[in-house]
Amino acid sequence: MQRTTMDLWVGLFVILGIGALLILSLKVGNLNTYSAGQSYQLIGHFENIGGLKIRAPVKSSGVVVGRVVNIQFSLETYDAVVTLSIDSRYIFPKDTFASILTAGLLGEQYIGLAAGGDEIMLKDGDKLMKTNSAMVLEELIGRFLFDKASESNDF
Amino acid sequence: MPKRIISIIQGIGHRAIEGTWQVGLASRFFILVLLKSTTSLRRFGLVMRELYFVGVLSLIIILVSGLFVGMVLGLQGYETLQKFGSETAVGTLVALSLVRELGPVVAALLFASRAGSAITAEIGLMKATEQLAAMGMMAVDPVARVVAPRFWAGVISMPFLAAMFSVMGVFGGYLVTVVFIGVDEGSFWSQMQSNVDFRQDIMNGFIKSCFFGVAVTTIAVFEGYDAKPTAEGVSIATTRTVVTSALVILGLDFILTAFMFRGIS
Repeated sequence: MQRTTMDLWVGLFVILGIGALLILSLKVGNLNTYSAGQSYQLIGHFENIGGLKIRAPVKSSGVVVGRVVNIQFSLETYDAVVTLSIDSRYIFPKDTFASILTAGLLGEQYIGLAAGGDEIMLKDGDKLMKTNSAMVLEELIGRFLFDKASESNDF
Repeated sequence: MPKRIISIIQGIGHRAIEGTWQVGLASRFFILVLLKSTTSLRRFGLVMRELYFVGVLSLIIILVSGLFVGMVLGLQGYETLQKFGSETAVGTLVALSLVRELGPVVAALLFASRAGSAITAEIGLMKATEQLAAMGMMAVDPVARVVAPRFWAGVISMPFLAAMFSVMGVFGGYLVTVVFIGVDEGSFWSQMQSNVDFRQDIMNGFIKSCFFGVAVTTIAVFEGYDAKPTAEGVSIATTRTVVTSALVILGLDFILTAFMFRGIS
Protein backbone atom coordinates (compact mmCIF):
# COMPACT_ATOMS: atom_id res chain seq x y z
CA MET A 1 0.00 0.00 0.00
CA GLN A 2 1.10 3.53 -0.73
CA ARG A 3 2.61 5.36 2.15
CA THR A 4 0.33 8.37 1.69
CA THR A 5 -2.91 6.36 1.62
CA MET A 6 -1.84 4.60 4.79
CA ASP A 7 -1.13 7.92 6.46
CA LEU A 8 -4.54 9.13 5.35
CA TRP A 9 -6.29 6.13 6.88
CA VAL A 10 -4.36 6.40 10.13
CA GLY A 11 -5.11 10.11 10.24
CA LEU A 12 -8.81 9.40 9.77
CA PHE A 13 -8.61 6.75 12.49
CA VAL A 14 -7.03 9.12 15.00
CA ILE A 15 -9.49 11.89 14.15
CA LEU A 16 -12.40 9.47 14.58
CA GLY A 17 -11.00 8.35 17.92
CA ILE A 18 -10.58 11.88 19.22
CA GLY A 19 -14.03 12.71 17.87
CA ALA A 20 -15.50 9.77 19.76
CA LEU A 21 -13.86 10.94 22.97
CA LEU A 22 -15.24 14.44 22.40
CA ILE A 23 -18.74 13.11 21.76
CA LEU A 24 -18.51 11.02 24.91
CA SER A 25 -17.49 13.98 27.04
CA LEU A 26 -19.85 16.56 25.53
CA LYS A 27 -22.91 14.66 24.39
CA VAL A 28 -22.96 11.67 26.75
CA GLY A 29 -21.18 13.15 29.74
CA ASN A 30 -21.84 16.36 31.59
CA LEU A 31 -18.64 18.22 30.80
CA ASN A 32 -20.61 21.07 29.23
CA THR A 33 -22.58 21.65 32.41
CA TYR A 34 -19.42 22.20 34.40
CA SER A 35 -19.27 25.92 34.82
CA ALA A 36 -15.85 27.13 33.91
CA GLY A 37 -16.64 30.31 35.82
CA GLN A 38 -15.72 31.31 39.33
CA SER A 39 -17.43 29.96 42.38
CA TYR A 40 -17.54 30.77 46.06
CA GLN A 41 -18.00 28.55 49.06
CA LEU A 42 -20.62 28.58 51.76
CA ILE A 43 -20.78 26.48 54.90
CA GLY A 44 -23.94 25.06 56.40
CA HIS A 45 -24.42 23.15 59.65
CA PHE A 46 -27.10 20.50 59.48
CA GLU A 47 -28.44 18.38 62.31
CA ASN A 48 -29.03 15.46 59.98
CA ILE A 49 -28.04 15.25 56.34
CA GLY A 50 -29.87 11.99 55.58
CA GLY A 51 -28.50 10.55 52.35
CA LEU A 52 -26.87 13.72 51.02
CA LYS A 53 -23.69 13.00 49.08
CA ILE A 54 -20.73 14.96 47.82
CA ARG A 55 -21.40 16.44 44.35
CA ALA A 56 -25.13 16.58 45.03
CA PRO A 57 -26.70 19.63 43.37
CA VAL A 58 -27.57 22.86 45.18
CA LYS A 59 -30.76 24.27 43.74
CA SER A 60 -32.69 27.47 44.17
CA SER A 61 -36.21 27.50 42.71
CA GLY A 62 -35.24 24.28 40.94
CA VAL A 63 -32.27 25.81 39.12
CA VAL A 64 -28.87 24.26 39.82
CA VAL A 65 -26.72 27.03 41.31
CA GLY A 66 -23.89 24.95 42.75
CA ARG A 67 -22.74 21.65 44.17
CA VAL A 68 -21.92 20.08 47.52
CA VAL A 69 -18.15 19.83 47.67
CA ASN A 70 -17.49 18.52 51.15
CA ILE A 71 -19.31 16.86 54.03
CA GLN A 72 -17.73 16.51 57.45
CA PHE A 73 -18.75 15.83 61.00
CA SER A 74 -17.93 18.59 63.42
CA LEU A 75 -16.67 17.59 66.85
CA GLU A 76 -17.34 21.09 68.25
CA THR A 77 -21.01 21.31 67.46
CA TYR A 78 -21.68 17.59 66.92
CA ASP A 79 -23.46 18.09 63.65
CA ALA A 80 -22.74 17.75 59.94
CA VAL A 81 -20.77 20.54 58.23
CA VAL A 82 -21.60 20.78 54.54
CA THR A 83 -19.50 22.94 52.22
CA LEU A 84 -21.34 24.25 49.18
CA SER A 85 -19.66 25.63 46.10
CA ILE A 86 -21.93 28.22 44.50
CA ASP A 87 -21.51 29.75 41.06
CA SER A 88 -20.45 33.37 41.55
CA ARG A 89 -23.13 34.53 39.14
CA TYR A 90 -25.61 33.78 41.91
CA ILE A 91 -25.41 35.71 45.15
CA PHE A 92 -27.79 35.16 48.03
CA PRO A 93 -28.90 37.33 50.97
CA LYS A 94 -27.50 36.72 54.44
CA ASP A 95 -30.69 35.13 55.75
CA THR A 96 -31.00 32.50 53.01
CA PHE A 97 -32.64 29.32 54.18
CA ALA A 98 -30.94 26.02 53.25
CA SER A 99 -32.82 22.77 53.52
CA ILE A 100 -32.09 19.22 52.41
CA LEU A 101 -34.80 18.06 50.03
CA THR A 102 -35.49 14.92 48.05
CA ALA A 103 -36.09 14.87 44.31
CA GLY A 104 -39.15 12.73 43.75
CA LEU A 105 -40.33 10.03 46.10
CA LEU A 106 -37.15 7.96 46.15
CA GLY A 107 -34.85 10.30 44.27
CA GLU A 108 -31.48 11.71 45.19
CA GLN A 109 -31.16 14.35 47.87
CA TYR A 110 -30.14 17.91 47.14
CA ILE A 111 -29.86 21.20 48.97
CA GLY A 112 -32.54 23.77 48.30
CA LEU A 113 -31.77 27.44 48.91
CA ALA A 114 -34.64 29.82 49.58
CA ALA A 115 -33.50 33.43 49.37
CA GLY A 116 -34.32 35.73 52.29
CA GLY A 117 -34.80 39.48 52.32
CA ASP A 118 -31.61 40.71 53.92
CA GLU A 119 -29.70 43.59 52.36
CA ILE A 120 -26.30 42.05 53.07
CA MET A 121 -25.19 39.31 50.70
CA LEU A 122 -23.32 36.11 51.54
CA LYS A 123 -19.60 36.10 50.76
CA ASP A 124 -17.02 33.36 50.25
CA GLY A 125 -16.60 31.27 53.42
CA ASP A 126 -19.75 32.56 55.09
CA LYS A 127 -21.99 30.37 57.20
CA LEU A 128 -25.61 29.75 56.37
CA MET A 129 -27.53 30.64 59.54
CA LYS A 130 -30.82 28.95 58.86
CA THR A 131 -30.75 25.29 57.94
CA ASN A 132 -33.31 22.55 57.83
CA SER A 133 -32.35 18.88 58.22
CA ALA A 134 -33.24 16.05 55.92
CA MET A 135 -36.46 14.21 56.55
CA VAL A 136 -35.80 10.80 57.99
CA LEU A 137 -38.66 8.39 57.45
CA GLU A 138 -38.33 6.67 60.83
CA GLU A 139 -38.46 9.96 62.73
CA LEU A 140 -41.45 11.05 60.70
CA ILE A 141 -43.36 7.86 61.45
CA GLY A 142 -42.29 8.02 65.08
CA ARG A 143 -43.59 11.58 65.41
CA PHE A 144 -46.83 10.62 63.70
CA LEU A 145 -47.40 7.69 66.06
CA PHE A 146 -46.53 9.85 69.06
CA ASP A 147 -49.05 12.49 67.96
CA LYS A 148 -51.73 9.85 67.44
CA ALA A 149 -51.08 8.41 70.88
CA SER A 150 -51.31 11.83 72.59
CA GLU A 151 -54.50 12.61 70.66
CA SER A 152 -56.25 9.47 71.86
CA ASN A 153 -55.22 10.22 75.47
CA ASP A 154 -57.24 13.45 75.37
CA PHE A 155 -60.48 11.55 75.25
CA MET B 1 -1.74 -44.84 44.77
CA PRO B 2 0.48 -42.42 46.76
CA LYS B 3 2.75 -42.37 43.73
CA ARG B 4 -0.09 -41.00 41.59
CA ILE B 5 -0.96 -38.37 44.17
CA ILE B 6 2.68 -37.31 44.29
CA SER B 7 2.81 -37.04 40.51
CA ILE B 8 -0.36 -34.93 40.48
CA ILE B 9 1.12 -32.57 43.07
CA GLN B 10 4.32 -32.48 41.04
CA GLY B 11 2.28 -31.54 38.00
CA ILE B 12 0.68 -28.66 39.89
CA GLY B 13 4.05 -27.52 41.13
CA HIS B 14 5.55 -27.70 37.67
CA ARG B 15 2.75 -25.59 36.22
CA ALA B 16 3.02 -23.03 39.01
CA ILE B 17 6.76 -22.64 38.44
CA GLU B 18 6.25 -22.47 34.68
CA GLY B 19 3.51 -19.85 35.05
CA THR B 20 5.61 -17.71 37.35
CA TRP B 21 8.50 -17.93 34.87
CA GLN B 22 6.19 -16.79 32.08
CA VAL B 23 4.94 -13.81 34.10
CA GLY B 24 8.49 -12.84 34.96
CA LEU B 25 9.69 -13.18 31.38
CA ALA B 26 6.74 -11.19 30.08
CA SER B 27 7.40 -8.38 32.58
CA ARG B 28 11.09 -8.27 31.65
CA PHE B 29 10.17 -8.27 27.99
CA PHE B 30 7.75 -5.37 28.64
CA ILE B 31 10.55 -3.34 30.26
CA LEU B 32 12.88 -4.26 27.38
CA VAL B 33 10.33 -3.04 24.81
CA LEU B 34 9.92 0.22 26.73
CA LEU B 35 13.69 0.71 26.85
CA LYS B 36 14.05 0.08 23.12
CA SER B 37 11.16 2.30 22.05
CA THR B 38 13.33 5.26 21.12
CA THR B 39 13.74 4.01 17.53
CA SER B 40 10.00 3.73 16.96
CA LEU B 41 9.43 7.17 18.44
CA ARG B 42 12.12 8.66 16.23
CA ARG B 43 10.97 6.81 13.11
CA PHE B 44 7.25 7.25 13.61
CA GLY B 45 6.52 5.89 10.13
CA LEU B 46 7.07 2.40 11.52
CA VAL B 47 4.37 2.95 14.12
CA MET B 48 2.11 4.51 11.48
CA ARG B 49 2.28 1.35 9.38
CA GLU B 50 1.36 -0.81 12.37
CA LEU B 51 -1.37 1.64 13.40
CA TYR B 52 -2.97 0.98 10.04
CA PHE B 53 -2.92 -2.79 10.48
CA VAL B 54 -3.79 -2.82 14.17
CA GLY B 55 -6.14 0.14 14.45
CA VAL B 56 -7.75 0.98 11.13
CA LEU B 57 -8.39 -2.62 10.12
CA SER B 58 -10.03 -3.32 13.53
CA LEU B 59 -12.48 -0.46 13.00
CA ILE B 60 -15.20 -2.45 11.25
CA ILE B 61 -15.53 -5.16 13.88
CA ILE B 62 -15.37 -2.62 16.72
CA LEU B 63 -17.98 -0.29 15.23
CA VAL B 64 -20.43 -3.03 14.23
CA SER B 65 -20.15 -4.86 17.56
CA GLY B 66 -20.55 -1.56 19.43
CA LEU B 67 -23.71 -0.80 17.52
CA PHE B 68 -25.23 -4.19 18.25
CA VAL B 69 -24.20 -4.22 21.91
CA GLY B 70 -25.82 -0.81 22.34
CA MET B 71 -28.98 -1.93 20.59
CA VAL B 72 -29.30 -5.03 22.78
CA LEU B 73 -28.64 -2.97 25.91
CA GLY B 74 -31.33 -0.50 24.89
CA LEU B 75 -33.84 -3.23 24.19
CA GLN B 76 -33.18 -5.19 27.38
CA GLY B 77 -32.96 -2.07 29.50
CA TYR B 78 -36.24 -0.80 28.14
CA GLU B 79 -38.00 -4.11 28.81
CA THR B 80 -37.00 -4.03 32.47
CA LEU B 81 -37.23 -0.30 33.13
CA GLN B 82 -40.72 0.12 31.69
CA LYS B 83 -41.98 -2.24 34.40
CA PHE B 84 -41.09 0.49 36.88
CA GLY B 85 -42.32 3.27 34.66
CA SER B 86 -38.85 4.76 34.32
CA GLU B 87 -38.09 3.92 30.71
CA THR B 88 -36.50 7.35 30.23
CA ALA B 89 -33.61 6.16 32.40
CA VAL B 90 -32.64 3.78 29.61
CA GLY B 91 -30.24 6.41 28.26
CA THR B 92 -28.40 6.48 31.57
CA LEU B 93 -28.30 2.69 31.68
CA VAL B 94 -26.90 2.34 28.18
CA ALA B 95 -24.35 5.13 28.54
CA LEU B 96 -23.10 4.15 31.99
CA SER B 97 -22.72 0.46 31.23
CA LEU B 98 -20.94 1.23 27.97
CA VAL B 99 -18.65 3.97 29.22
CA ARG B 100 -17.73 2.29 32.47
CA GLU B 101 -17.53 -1.38 31.56
CA LEU B 102 -18.60 -2.71 28.20
CA GLY B 103 -16.80 -0.16 26.04
CA PRO B 104 -13.30 -0.79 27.41
CA VAL B 105 -13.78 -4.50 28.14
CA VAL B 106 -15.56 -5.73 25.01
CA ALA B 107 -13.44 -3.51 22.76
CA ALA B 108 -10.32 -4.95 24.40
CA LEU B 109 -11.58 -8.53 23.99
CA LEU B 110 -12.32 -7.90 20.32
CA PHE B 111 -9.01 -6.13 19.93
CA ALA B 112 -7.17 -9.10 21.45
CA SER B 113 -8.79 -11.54 19.06
CA ARG B 114 -8.59 -9.30 15.99
CA ALA B 115 -5.25 -7.53 16.37
CA GLY B 116 -3.47 -9.32 19.24
CA SER B 117 -3.60 -12.69 17.51
CA ALA B 118 -2.37 -11.13 14.25
CA ILE B 119 0.59 -9.51 16.02
CA THR B 120 1.51 -12.81 17.68
CA ALA B 121 1.21 -14.79 14.46
CA GLU B 122 3.28 -12.25 12.54
CA ILE B 123 6.11 -12.06 15.05
CA GLY B 124 5.98 -15.81 15.65
CA LEU B 125 6.24 -16.54 11.95
CA MET B 126 9.10 -14.07 11.59
CA LYS B 127 10.86 -16.00 14.31
CA ALA B 128 10.02 -19.38 12.76
CA THR B 129 11.40 -18.30 9.39
CA GLU B 130 14.49 -16.87 11.14
CA GLN B 131 13.83 -13.33 9.98
CA LEU B 132 14.41 -12.05 13.49
CA ALA B 133 17.73 -13.89 13.68
CA ALA B 134 18.69 -12.46 10.28
CA MET B 135 17.94 -8.95 11.53
CA GLY B 136 20.18 -9.60 14.51
CA MET B 137 22.94 -10.67 12.11
CA MET B 138 22.60 -7.34 10.30
CA ALA B 139 22.93 -5.52 13.63
CA VAL B 140 19.29 -4.45 13.50
CA ASP B 141 17.69 -4.99 16.87
CA PRO B 142 14.49 -7.00 16.22
CA VAL B 143 12.91 -5.75 19.45
CA ALA B 144 13.38 -2.13 18.46
CA ARG B 145 12.54 -2.64 14.78
CA VAL B 146 9.71 -5.21 14.89
CA VAL B 147 8.29 -5.46 18.41
CA ALA B 148 8.26 -1.87 19.71
CA PRO B 149 6.32 -0.31 16.77
CA ARG B 150 3.61 -2.98 17.11
CA PHE B 151 3.48 -2.45 20.86
CA TRP B 152 3.03 1.30 20.54
CA ALA B 153 0.49 0.98 17.75
CA GLY B 154 -1.63 -1.25 19.99
CA VAL B 155 -1.27 1.01 23.02
CA ILE B 156 -2.26 4.07 20.98
CA SER B 157 -5.21 2.56 19.17
CA MET B 158 -6.89 0.78 22.10
CA PRO B 159 -8.35 3.89 23.86
CA PHE B 160 -9.59 5.26 20.54
CA LEU B 161 -11.25 1.98 19.64
CA ALA B 162 -12.89 1.76 23.07
CA ALA B 163 -14.23 5.31 22.75
CA MET B 164 -15.62 4.59 19.29
CA PHE B 165 -17.20 1.40 20.62
CA SER B 166 -18.97 3.38 23.35
CA VAL B 167 -20.15 6.06 20.95
CA MET B 168 -21.54 3.47 18.53
CA GLY B 169 -23.18 1.70 21.47
CA VAL B 170 -24.88 4.86 22.68
CA PHE B 171 -26.01 5.50 19.12
CA GLY B 172 -27.37 1.94 18.90
CA GLY B 173 -29.25 2.39 22.16
CA TYR B 174 -30.64 5.69 20.89
CA LEU B 175 -31.70 4.04 17.64
CA VAL B 176 -33.61 1.23 19.34
CA THR B 177 -35.21 3.09 22.23
CA VAL B 178 -35.89 6.54 20.77
CA VAL B 179 -36.33 5.86 17.07
CA PHE B 180 -37.96 2.42 17.12
CA ILE B 181 -39.70 2.20 20.51
CA GLY B 182 -40.42 5.88 20.96
CA VAL B 183 -38.90 6.86 24.31
CA ASP B 184 -38.86 10.62 24.69
CA GLU B 185 -35.71 11.95 23.05
CA GLY B 186 -35.21 14.92 25.36
CA SER B 187 -35.30 12.92 28.57
CA PHE B 188 -33.16 10.20 27.02
CA TRP B 189 -30.28 12.64 26.50
CA SER B 190 -30.84 14.83 29.55
CA GLN B 191 -31.00 11.89 31.96
CA MET B 192 -27.87 10.50 30.36
CA GLN B 193 -26.02 13.78 30.60
CA SER B 194 -26.99 14.46 34.19
CA ASN B 195 -25.88 11.00 35.33
CA VAL B 196 -22.71 10.38 33.35
CA ASP B 197 -19.87 12.23 34.96
CA PHE B 198 -16.86 13.30 32.94
CA ARG B 199 -14.21 12.52 35.53
CA GLN B 200 -15.72 9.56 37.32
CA ASP B 201 -17.13 7.70 34.36
CA ILE B 202 -15.59 8.79 31.08
CA MET B 203 -12.04 9.37 32.31
CA ASN B 204 -12.06 6.14 34.31
CA GLY B 205 -13.25 4.23 31.25
CA PHE B 206 -10.50 5.87 29.23
CA ILE B 207 -7.86 4.93 31.80
CA LYS B 208 -9.19 1.38 31.82
CA SER B 209 -8.84 1.09 28.06
CA CYS B 210 -5.26 2.40 28.27
CA PHE B 211 -4.42 -0.33 30.80
CA PHE B 212 -6.07 -2.95 28.60
CA GLY B 213 -4.16 -1.70 25.56
CA VAL B 214 -0.83 -2.10 27.36
CA ALA B 215 -1.81 -5.53 28.72
CA VAL B 216 -3.12 -6.96 25.44
CA THR B 217 -0.24 -5.77 23.27
CA THR B 218 2.36 -6.83 25.82
CA ILE B 219 0.89 -10.33 25.87
CA ALA B 220 0.62 -10.40 22.07
CA VAL B 221 4.20 -9.33 21.35
CA PHE B 222 5.59 -11.48 24.15
CA GLU B 223 3.79 -14.63 23.01
CA GLY B 224 4.94 -14.00 19.45
CA TYR B 225 8.55 -13.42 20.46
CA ASP B 226 8.45 -16.37 22.86
CA ALA B 227 6.80 -18.79 20.41
CA LYS B 228 8.46 -22.08 19.49
CA PRO B 229 9.84 -21.50 15.97
CA THR B 230 7.63 -24.13 14.37
CA ALA B 231 4.22 -24.05 12.67
CA GLU B 232 2.70 -25.71 15.71
CA GLY B 233 4.48 -23.33 18.08
CA VAL B 234 3.04 -20.31 16.27
CA SER B 235 -0.46 -21.74 16.40
CA ILE B 236 -0.14 -22.46 20.15
CA ALA B 237 1.21 -18.96 20.76
CA THR B 238 -1.70 -17.37 18.88
CA THR B 239 -4.23 -19.33 20.89
CA ARG B 240 -2.46 -18.44 24.10
CA THR B 241 -2.51 -14.75 23.21
CA VAL B 242 -6.30 -14.74 22.89
CA VAL B 243 -6.93 -16.86 25.99
CA THR B 244 -4.43 -15.07 28.25
CA SER B 245 -5.53 -11.63 27.03
CA ALA B 246 -9.18 -12.41 27.75
CA LEU B 247 -8.38 -13.62 31.26
CA VAL B 248 -6.04 -10.72 32.00
CA ILE B 249 -8.56 -8.17 30.68
CA LEU B 250 -11.37 -9.49 32.85
CA GLY B 251 -9.19 -9.85 35.95
CA LEU B 252 -7.61 -6.42 35.46
CA ASP B 253 -11.07 -4.96 34.92
CA PHE B 254 -12.21 -6.20 38.30
CA ILE B 255 -9.15 -4.76 40.04
CA LEU B 256 -9.42 -1.41 38.25
CA THR B 257 -13.15 -1.20 38.94
CA ALA B 258 -12.58 -1.92 42.61
CA PHE B 259 -10.09 0.94 42.77
CA MET B 260 -12.03 3.42 40.65
CA PHE B 261 -15.66 3.05 41.57
CA ARG B 262 -15.48 2.32 45.27
CA GLY B 263 -17.20 5.04 47.19
CA ILE B 264 -19.21 6.32 44.26
CA SER B 265 -22.89 6.21 44.95
